Amino acid sequence: MGRREPVRRKEGASVSRTRLRDQYNAWIQHHRLSAADSLLRVLEHPGSSMLTWLVIGIALALPVCLNVALDNVSQVSASWDSPAQISLFLQDEVAVDRARQLEVELGARRDVSETRFISREQALDEFRTLSGFADVLASLEENPLPDLILVTPVATLDGPAVSALRTQLQGNSDVAEAVLDMEWLERLNSLMDLGRRLVLAVGGMLVIGVLLILGNTIRLAIESRRDEIVIVKLVGGSNSFVRRPFLYTGLWYGVGGGVLAALVVSAALWFMEEPIGELAMLYESAFHLSGLGVMGALNLVILGGLLGLAGAWLAVSRHLVHIEPR
Amino acid sequence: MITFERVSKRYEEGHDALREVSVHINRDELVFITGHSGAGKSTLLRLIMLMDRPSRGQVTVDGQNLASVRSRGIPQHRRNIGVVFQNHQLLFDRSVFDNVALPLIIAGYDHREVGRRVRAALDKVGLLDRERANPITLSGGEQQRVGIARAVVGKPKILLADEPTGNLDPALSAEIMDLFEEFNQVGVTVLIASHDLVLISRMHHRIITLRQGSLVSGSTP
Repeated sequence: MGRREPVRRKEGASVSRTRLRDQYNAWIQHHRLSAADSLLRVLEHPGSSMLTWLVIGIALALPVCLNVALDNVSQVSASWDSPAQISLFLQDEVAVDRARQLEVELGARRDVSETRFISREQALDEFRTLSGFADVLASLEENPLPDLILVTPVATLDGPAVSALRTQLQGNSDVAEAVLDMEWLERLNSLMDLGRRLVLAVGGMLVIGVLLILGNTIRLAIESRRDEIVIVKLVGGSNSFVRRPFLYTGLWYGVGGGVLAALVVSAALWFMEEPIGELAMLYESAFHLSGLGVMGALNLVILGGLLGLAGAWLAVSRHLVHIEPR
Repeated sequence: MITFERVSKRYEEGHDALREVSVHINRDELVFITGHSGAGKSTLLRLIMLMDRPSRGQVTVDGQNLASVRSRGIPQHRRNIGVVFQNHQLLFDRSVFDNVALPLIIAGYDHREVGRRVRAALDKVGLLDRERANPITLSGGEQQRVGIARAVVGKPKILLADEPTGNLDPALSAEIMDLFEEFNQVGVTVLIASHDLVLISRMHHRIITLRQGSLVSGSTP
């Protein structure tokens, strides 16, 4: 083809356009050929290919499982209505009228969206029905619970502002203690942040591991086809021509690994579903374990494919250049 | 077609494979290169194929100074040259047809064109009925003819052969040489390295003789 280039060029633009189209067609054709040939080679040794797929699948599934778990936890914590709420426990000597008045005063503040007064009697009733300690409570001589005002700040207030509000309310002489209910949620959130970082770190390490495994697999494939590479280069095969089948080999390993990873994650979720359902029932929660979904599985396969390509590229760029006809 | 101007090649270990070789090979010529092993025959061919670069001097092929061909351009350069090796260099994991088709696939021919040309080349070397066979089932002479079919399938202007009859008996060797002559008659420049002096001196073509890297005779037609 190229050999005719100088002669054909003289014939004008239309010829060079068909030449371009021919070359494009040939390029597509070789891609198709390489993809099919590489797939056949991978399937030719189902045992060792399956091992590679499993290694990649499990390595990808591990961080994904952790991530799915974190997603579920954050879904749970989001369902606990989380605008910060400040509980004002009032001094024992504050009368109910004064407490009601305080509730109205606080409700009028610009940075407060809602207040609710819970008298000590109300609290005791609630506690009695919810806790099941009715008998014990009945035997108490006096109500140990204080009056309570629940203050909900406006939604636009950020964390520090809510904290400042709490301190301010704490300064009120009628208030025994102002407690910010956010604290445990903040702790949970920061634990989850830590978890996400952990997933990222573990995932990063496993991704590097997958790349190295794939690189090594492709390196072996290159070694086993060394003679062929030499011959192809001798009869005019370019580096990209030689590279192509190995990149496809990497792609197939990666895609297979991604599919297996999706299966492993689904299996793990299925395995966990029943105990988690029981647990949720015990907590009278409608919580339902959410899985990968079709998009998640697809992303996993795509990620596997990309990793496969990258690993193959790593091996190919390192080893293919050194195989030259001698 | 091929010109060597005071070409020397010294390998890294200090061995001089070629010393100040100047030779010109015309278009449509068939030329033998002979000499003992290590005389520099293969080196000469390797320089034409750009498997090596000369230490000094200049090689010109089809009007192109090879020093100007960068490594990116080497594949394109090699597509214009057909090569035949002593050990055939065939791929035993695929059919005769696929072996011969390789240069065309690389050059990006349409698959119908590939089929047409491969069958024409196999017909030329008398192996048309063996296209589905695995080359490992063929005899040495047949394998060499597959190698030749692969070398000519892309219709190159230049055909190089490195000891193409090295492992063959005299009758088969003569057959192979006849094939090369036929290609030469249709306008291919043919360069054959061979130490089989008895065979090549019968054929009445120019013989370039190398001794320890230096040209002894045959520098001009």
